[in-house]
Amino acid sequence: MRIKLTVNGDEREAEAADHESLLTVLRESLGLAGSKNACEQGECGSCSVLMDGELVCACLVLGAAAAGRRVQTVESLSDGDRLHPIQRAFVDAGAVQCGFCTPGLVVATYSLLKRNPEPSEQEVREALSGNICRCTGYGKILEAVDRASSAMYRR
Amino acid sequence: MSVHISRHVDDVLDNLSTRKDVTILAGGTDLLVEINFGRIRPSNIVAIDRVDELKDHSRNGHIRMGALVTYTRMLETDVGSPALQEAARTIGSPQIRNAATIGGNLGTCSPAGDTLPVLAALEATVVLRSKGGERRVAFGDFMTGPKKSVRRPDELIVAAEWEDAGEAQTYMFAATRNAMAISISGLALVVDRARRRVGVGLGSCGPTIIRATDAERFAAGLFDETGWDRPARPSDAAAREFGRLAAGAAKPIDDVRGTVAYRRHVLAVMGARALARVAVVP
Repeated sequence: MRIKLTVNGDEREAEAADHESLLTVLRESLGLAGSKNACEQGECGSCSVLMDGELVCACLVLGAAAAGRRVQTVESLSDGDRLHPIQRAFVDAGAVQCGFCTPGLVVATYSLLKRNPEPSEQEVREALSGNICRCTGYGKILEAVDRASSAMYRR
Repeated sequence: MSVHISRHVDDVLDNLSTRKDVTILAGGTDLLVEINFGRIRPSNIVAIDRVDELKDHSRNGHIRMGALVTYTRMLETDVGSPALQEAARTIGSPQIRNAATIGGNLGTCSPAGDTLPVLAALEATVVLRSKGGERRVAFGDFMTGPKKSVRRPDELIVAAEWEDAGEAQTYMFAATRNAMAISISGLALVVDRARRRVGVGLGSCGPTIIRATDAERFAAGLFDETGWDRPARPSDAAAREFGRLAAGAAKPIDDVRGTVAYRRHVLAVMGARALARVAVVP
């Protein structure tokens, strides 16, 4: 099925095969491999994207039913080689080990800081509870969110 | 596979009445898991997530929650049930709560659906609509088994309704962690002081959501003695007895999430804590 949707500000046309998720459409049809595919059941958050401004798991959105939606992926955040302050904070805090969960965490952090620029640690923990990291143990990730919040809002 | 994106209830109902094997897609948090794992291959999907009529929520003593109200919205607005808000917060993660809906929880009708014990305790009504009209089914009659309900294939769940039962209510659940975990057992307690009624709904401990009627009668007796209108801490013995009666109503099974014995144990503990918590709320 051919669908039209807005991805990172651009009108795109994509092929959404039967029963394929938005995640597969993004990765396979549109070549946007930043959103990762892992659990396929909304447990790990690696495929987090914004759809019409809301943080969702792209693996739980039916591709063909995403026609007409506005989707924002991790690829939209950096400006060429210039990292977004959230990405920079993840690097600086050492919150990246294998890196697989990082795009999802970056998008979830982006969604959080947009609504709540200076979250408490408890708020960060709850906001990132849908994103699983199996390497770093979350301490560095919490630090990265705090650094990002400072860089973006506490000038 | 066909996918139809619907924007109006009438259009959904037309599709349900004229086509065979229609699968309704709301937030997708249950359906897409089944599809991704190849457990189902629906042939005709009607996506209802852009049907704005189903996103309404009104409260004026009587609450009507449209089927597409998400868990995130339940947390952000005063939805007319503190217990429902607690249940919404236990569900999934921000990503799941942004997509998943009350109507989806009713449509899937899993014994582990976290909003369902609350709807049972509130004595909520499920509003079903078809081309032939609308009918209201008490939640207790709606769910008939694991993932089974009285909804006909031509019917759409359009809303859940209940009477405002006040603030004295809570939902508790036990799971391996707070986020992203299916509950081992859940318990909703509603003390409707104005109507002098106690509702207890149990989840994840039987083929359907279970009403713990002996526990309800016992608690009502306590409030008859102490007075329905004023907060009063129950004795430890009374709270324990309430928990014991609640656990006694459960029909749990051993499964990967917990054993029969553990489920009964946590229900008894949660029951006692829920009564102690709720009885002091005006």
